[in-house]
Amino acid sequence: MSLSAKDKLAVKTIFDKVAHKAEDIGSEALARTLFVYPQTKTYFSHWADLSPGSPQVKKHGLTIMKGVLSAVELIDDLKGGLLTLSELHAFMLRVDPANFKIINHNLLVVLSMMFPDDFTPEVHVSVDKFLAQVSLALSEKYR
Amino acid sequence: MVEWTEFERTTIQDIFSKMNYDVVGQQSLARCLIVYPWTQRYFGNFGNLYNAAAIMGNPMVAAHGRVVLHGLDKAVKNMDNIKAAYAELSVLHSEKLHVDPDNFRLLGDCLTVVVAAQLGAAFTPEVQAAFQKFLAVVISSLQRQYH
Repeated sequence: MSLSAKDKLAVKTIFDKVAHKAEDIGSEALARTLFVYPQTKTYFSHWADLSPGSPQVKKHGLTIMKGVLSAVELIDDLKGGLLTLSELHAFMLRVDPANFKIINHNLLVVLSMMFPDDFTPEVHVSVDKFLAQVSLALSEKYR
Repeated sequence: MVEWTEFERTTIQDIFSKMNYDVVGQQSLARCLIVYPWTQRYFGNFGNLYNAAAIMGNPMVAAHGRVVLHGLDKAVKNMDNIKAAYAELSVLHSEKLHVDPDNFRLLGDCLTVVVAAQLGAAFTPEVQAAFQKFLAVVISSLQRQYH
């Protein structure tokens, strides 16, 4: 399920359009991950406040979204481009890769909520494919 | 037995009472067929599903989307025993339609995305959690009679 030229264009177009809302998108997606899938809170036991809207969720949501936006720039070589981030997730954070699917789902939900006219079915499939490839690249160094 | 909080019950009743079944049904099923094209395997006699535009404009997809959404009504009206309410539907999907249960989750995800677009900011994390819990119970009930 690799990315066609059409997919890459759709991904670049939508993320260009929504980049100015990076903090809102990232923090909403993270907030929903923590709230709707409470098992994900186990990765953030060191945070004081895990509720939607907390400063830590906002800050980290932006970090995550910046990562996604940088992946868009690296769309032609995700495995190579995301090597360092993969090492971070594999050796330091040790996030179970099953969780990548969860945050991806919530990114799709938030994009749909905030940009209903732009998040058409065709854009949805391209973004879903892209996020799946990003997750694969992030999982690269796990074992 | 599934325990529902007052908030969850109200949220589900609210979402479905305000929903335009024609629109949401068509959009969810069409989105599923576009985003997860292998689901088209169940709709061989639906005619033209060759591209997104064809799927979005296909009247059989629209009609069937409506059927599926009205099927969800059964669960909305029987929240305290969805498992029993869905026994026949489960047998239908397993024995007659031969639908791989993984597909229920795919359609459920598309329905979530469509409802999110409809509700916008009103689709808060709390509402999303209630909605996804409801869909999870529906999906589990639909899988019950598979063997």
